Amino acid sequence: MSGFEETILDEADETVRVRFVVNGRKVACEVAPRETLVDCLRGELELTGTHVGCEMGACGACLVQVDGRAVHSCLMFAVQADGARIDTIEGLTESGAIADLQAEFHRRNALQCGFCTPGMLVNAHELLSQMAQPSREAIRDALSGNYCRCTGYEAIVDAIDAVAKARSVGDAR
Amino acid sequence: MTAPLTSLDRPNSYIGRSLPRPNAKRLLAGRGRYVSDLRLPRMLYAAFLRSPRAHATIVSINADEARVLEGVHLVATGADLAKICTAWTGTLDHFKGMTSAPQLPLPLDRVVWAGQAVVAVVAESRAIAEDALELIEVDYEDLPAVVDIDVAREAGGPQVNPGSASNICFRSQLDSGTVDDAFAHAAHVVEEEFFFGRHTAVTLEPRAIVADYDPAAGMLTVHHGTQTPYQFQDLYSRHYGIPEARVRVIATDIGGSFGMKLHVYHEDMAVVGLSILLGRPVKYVADRIESFVSDIHAREHRVRARMALDTKGEILAMDVLDLTAIGAFSTYPRTSVVEGNQVIRLIGAPYRFRNYRATLEVIFQNKVQTSQYRAVGHPIACAVTERMVDMAAAKLGLDPFAIRAQNVIADDAYPQTSPTGYRFEALSHQACLKRLHEMMGYDDLRAEQAELRKRGVYRGIGIATFVEITNPSPAFYGVGGARISSQDGAIVSLTPSGEVRCLISVTEQGQGTEAIISQIVADQLGLAQEHVKVITGDTEVTPHGGATWACRGAGIGGETALQATRALKRNILEIAALILQEQPSALDIVDGEVVDAGTRNQRMPIAEIARIAYFRSDTLPPGTQAQLTVSHHFAPQGYPFAFTNGIQGCSLEVDVDTGFIRLLKHFIVEDCGRVINPMLVDEQLRGGIVQGLGAALFEECRYSDTGQLVNGSLADYLVPMPMEMPDILITHVETPTADTELGAKGVGEAGTAAASACVLNAVNDALAPFAATINAIPITPTKVLKALKRF
Repeated sequence: MSGFEETILDEADETVRVRFVVNGRKVACEVAPRETLVDCLRGELELTGTHVGCEMGACGACLVQVDGRAVHSCLMFAVQADGARIDTIEGLTESGAIADLQAEFHRRNALQCGFCTPGMLVNAHELLSQMAQPSREAIRDALSGNYCRCTGYEAIVDAIDAVAKARSVGDAR
Repeated sequence: MTAPLTSLDRPNSYIGRSLPRPNAKRLLAGRGRYVSDLRLPRMLYAAFLRSPRAHATIVSINADEARVLEGVHLVATGADLAKICTAWTGTLDHFKGMTSAPQLPLPLDRVVWAGQAVVAVVAESRAIAEDALELIEVDYEDLPAVVDIDVAREAGGPQVNPGSASNICFRSQLDSGTVDDAFAHAAHVVEEEFFFGRHTAVTLEPRAIVADYDPAAGMLTVHHGTQTPYQFQDLYSRHYGIPEARVRVIATDIGGSFGMKLHVYHEDMAVVGLSILLGRPVKYVADRIESFVSDIHAREHRVRARMALDTKGEILAMDVLDLTAIGAFSTYPRTSVVEGNQVIRLIGAPYRFRNYRATLEVIFQNKVQTSQYRAVGHPIACAVTERMVDMAAAKLGLDPFAIRAQNVIADDAYPQTSPTGYRFEALSHQACLKRLHEMMGYDDLRAEQAELRKRGVYRGIGIATFVEITNPSPAFYGVGGARISSQDGAIVSLTPSGEVRCLISVTEQGQGTEAIISQIVADQLGLAQEHVKVITGDTEVTPHGGATWACRGAGIGGETALQATRALKRNILEIAALILQEQPSALDIVDGEVVDAGTRNQRMPIAEIARIAYFRSDTLPPGTQAQLTVSHHFAPQGYPFAFTNGIQGCSLEVDVDTGFIRLLKHFIVEDCGRVINPMLVDEQLRGGIVQGLGAALFEECRYSDTGQLVNGSLADYLVPMPMEMPDILITHVETPTADTELGAKGVGEAGTAAASACVLNAVNDALAPFAATINAIPITPTKVLKALKRF
């Protein structure tokens, strides 16, 4: 390349080394400062279970856990997550942490195209970790940052409700 | 009315059983394979520079700086792609007189809507491609933008297509001949003008495509998030001059479609061309902002309607004018006039009256193209019809249930032909009305409403009957010259291990196509569902067929699977009969075992027949050639469409101080014929209803006077959220079609068809004490307050 004194590419091309604990494993990535966490997860780390729906924090398809809390990975730069513990749908599945939610979603067909589902599960997991017995209204309220265009939401609410009840029965035993 | 008992109703039948979808577990584990996830070796990324103007001449394009940016492989303009891609025109022959300008992947000299792709950049990453877009300068010269419907219709006004006589794309008129006479002698006439806002599908995964042209093999492979891989195989083949057999379209998991992803998009066609020019895979995923200005929109209609009634409330006639504005082109290959055509043909469909006149005018303007989106035309036809019926009921002092019961076509009066030419085989309006009345607890709801009104709480109750078009025959597209199949094909094999594999042309978007096909195959062959594997969505693998649209998957795809499986079963039993020295008719298959048809005594597993046929054919009688793979096609015959019907009801509350509407409960009684999987049917209804409720209250693509979409982001365009949506109660009436063995009709659009009409009626019911009326959707708080003269 010649003829350029400076290009925006030079700036954009600079990468930064970041380290995370993703799904329980230490990983390091070279990322551009402008790269979002979701692009890093889906691109460099090939964790394509986390989805991109709006890139503005409205739809919830990109939710992951950062240090145990649900976070829009489209609204966070990868460099901001340096040093964080990140759990994605892949890790939550392998650890069995959401197995009961996944089974209940399956049983009730609380998903159709499945694109919103990983984010929905991350949010449901967070809700149930904070509130043992949410009312249906509280479930609907908690899910209001997760758009689903297929299901009409009712089966999702039913599934989370059923899991909450099953978990509390289990706790009581 | 319930389905007569057949072999499909035997105990333990898979038909009619609620079972989870086998393929959903992958999606729950984050193991979906969406096109937006795909990364191929040497893959490049496309981005598009879009027009900021609604209508302008392209004076010049300077892309010199972009071309030399490191990481950029190609910058392509309209002229570059026009050299390898032939133009397309979105017309169909059976829409007499319709016109539309030819389209190319990127424009040559003029942009016709704000957001139209103008220049393509292909680079090593999407980010670099977008950096390059910023270095491109396009000089535009504004032309007058046609935005408003009235301006578009003005004689001598600005033209979307300079040099054309008008902005009219298509005009159509239906007239049963005696409408004026009916109105002249009517005791009552109600009249209203309705406004329907544009909305759009907002699939959660935006459009995604990876085109991979291999010049060495002369082979194009396209990974495409679409409902209709065969249609695109045909189109890519013909427009890029590649033999059909060397075009492969793979439609894997898809993050929602709802009709939106079966149209030709300029960017998608461009990406195919870019891959051909580069000989490398090129990926394009629309971002959300791009989706709003490039995915098809739907339903910008203004309808003026009149209804005539006699003294007793018998509907005598309807007279309708539908104006719809579709953007600058008619969408290819299904056109942008099907929606309006279905509006004027579906208005009045549930009712008995014979005098009908309708005019449809389809108008060009400088906005995003409109075309088919879930429940094409139905919500508009339903809202117009059902609001008129409610207005008539109010005028005559009749209850909404009573006027409908009086006017619907009687359940025992079928077959019927509507004044618009639709032939109804058998519908169940009376049964559905009765069921809804019970399910809603209608009398109690009315009592509660009256009680609450005394306390200044304004609740509304609305109902809406509907008729839905499903299982389309070639009358839909084929006769118009579109190479869109109405038949489906299946290849069913008994594997060497005794399992069954079904390759079928209908496709999966999450509605459960693969699940119901496996239920049908398992049921008809006689083995457990977990031993059936269904494969869809790859033109190289699955037979050519219509795929999934217009609610045809269960009715046509399902019948294809049923017939194919019956043929395979016959072949298996022939071999079994030879081995067991029985007559084939004396044998059956139950749970993977060949049994005596009479006693059900087990004789041998079908796995053993497979083993012998594949590995020990020497033990079969000489001359025996076991046919354990069957390919079979099925095209609907008989009725041109399998119409379904139903009725929805809702209860809501209007806050007359703020204009906010709270949906309390929604109800539907639906008749889609034979129900294969009740849970999946119910979930189709719920999802469809919620899309209709979004249209009723929230969703609208709002444009400025200059043709700019002003709310094109997910923060500004409102889609329904869980908090705002009600629980939905569902009941079924089953009137199977006699055109097929299976008897299934479609169900995917029924929810959307009547939900907005139902809400419109309920809001008007709530506002009745104020003599305020609403005639437009979405019904925003502002519109409510304006109707109440409080804003």
